[in-house]
Amino acid sequence: MAHADLISRETFTDFDPQPFVIAGRGFRSRLMIGTGKYASNAQMIEAIEASGAEVVTVAVRRVDLDRTKEEGILHHLDPDHFFLLANTAGCYTASDAIRYARLARAAGFNEWVKLEVIGDQQTLLPDNVGLLEATKTLVDEGFKVLAYTNDDLVAALKLEDAGAVAVMPLASPIGSGLGMLNPYAIRTIKQRLSVPVIVDAGVGTASDACVVMEQGVDGILMNTGIAAAQDPVRMAAAMKSAVEAGRNAYLAGRMPRREVAVPSSPSTGMLGS
Amino acid sequence: MTESGGVVTQAVASEVVITVNGTERRVPSGWTLAELLASLELDARTVVIERNGTILRDRPSFASIELAADDSLEIVHFVGGG
Repeated sequence: MAHADLISRETFTDFDPQPFVIAGRGFRSRLMIGTGKYASNAQMIEAIEASGAEVVTVAVRRVDLDRTKEEGILHHLDPDHFFLLANTAGCYTASDAIRYARLARAAGFNEWVKLEVIGDQQTLLPDNVGLLEATKTLVDEGFKVLAYTNDDLVAALKLEDAGAVAVMPLASPIGSGLGMLNPYAIRTIKQRLSVPVIVDAGVGTASDACVVMEQGVDGILMNTGIAAAQDPVRMAAAMKSAVEAGRNAYLAGRMPRREVAVPSSPSTGMLGS
Repeated sequence: MTESGGVVTQAVASEVVITVNGTERRVPSGWTLAELLASLELDARTVVIERNGTILRDRPSFASIELAADDSLEIVHFVGGG
């Protein structure tokens, strides 16, 4: 094969017919990552770099006035280099989530929010009633809402109707590492929604991420799956490859499953026939 | 906290009592928000301040906003999260 063919082949397999665009903004990486739970800020930065992520999530919290000023993440993360997506993690009511979103926007980076309204302390599953209410209010105020929801099609449809720019169904509970519990639900949500579907939470290892992307979803957001690995930086690299592999496998279209074997080698031309 | 260790309930004439992130503090009367931030060694560009429930969007105005008795401030910033 000529060298030129090799190059064009590579370009072809890099080509994605449906670029990853949220609210009119395109992103190269379909992997978004959280910045919590790392052993150190240096490790966090190294993991983000290894993941290739452009979007990184951050939380809004009180400044601890008794500790050093180095605690804030902006001392470590260059906001010109990454797209900061603030979350409303820890909020249990629509009004709390709205307050956190407004504070995050006042930081002055963008009007995007990863909206979480949690409904249960043990599972951290979303409260879809509060989530929908907060989505409507924030959309009215000009926010770009990426709504963290459970893997429920009807909730996802309502969030889209309410103006969410992306819907983020969970693979499994936050921090559980259980992988995707309901591929059918995730696939159905992707098939029915027009806005991007980004699976958020529950991915435990690279194969989980790959299988999630093979469902055809637009992206994945994860935190603990990387931060809680024995070697977070290496896992970040693994997740990058897995997300790309899963996306490519989805675009390639898998072979049909069969319950019987089909030989790969010719059944004719055997010796002695 | 007062020197006796009790919760501050009354300030002397030259001070006001405000609440910052849920804790009462005494600050000199006439202090501006900018002076408070400086005393806390905080860079206004990396924090967001909510005063009595209202977000203060205009950072340059911090230098002219005088703290008043019973002001309740929330000073927040971005931390790691997923």
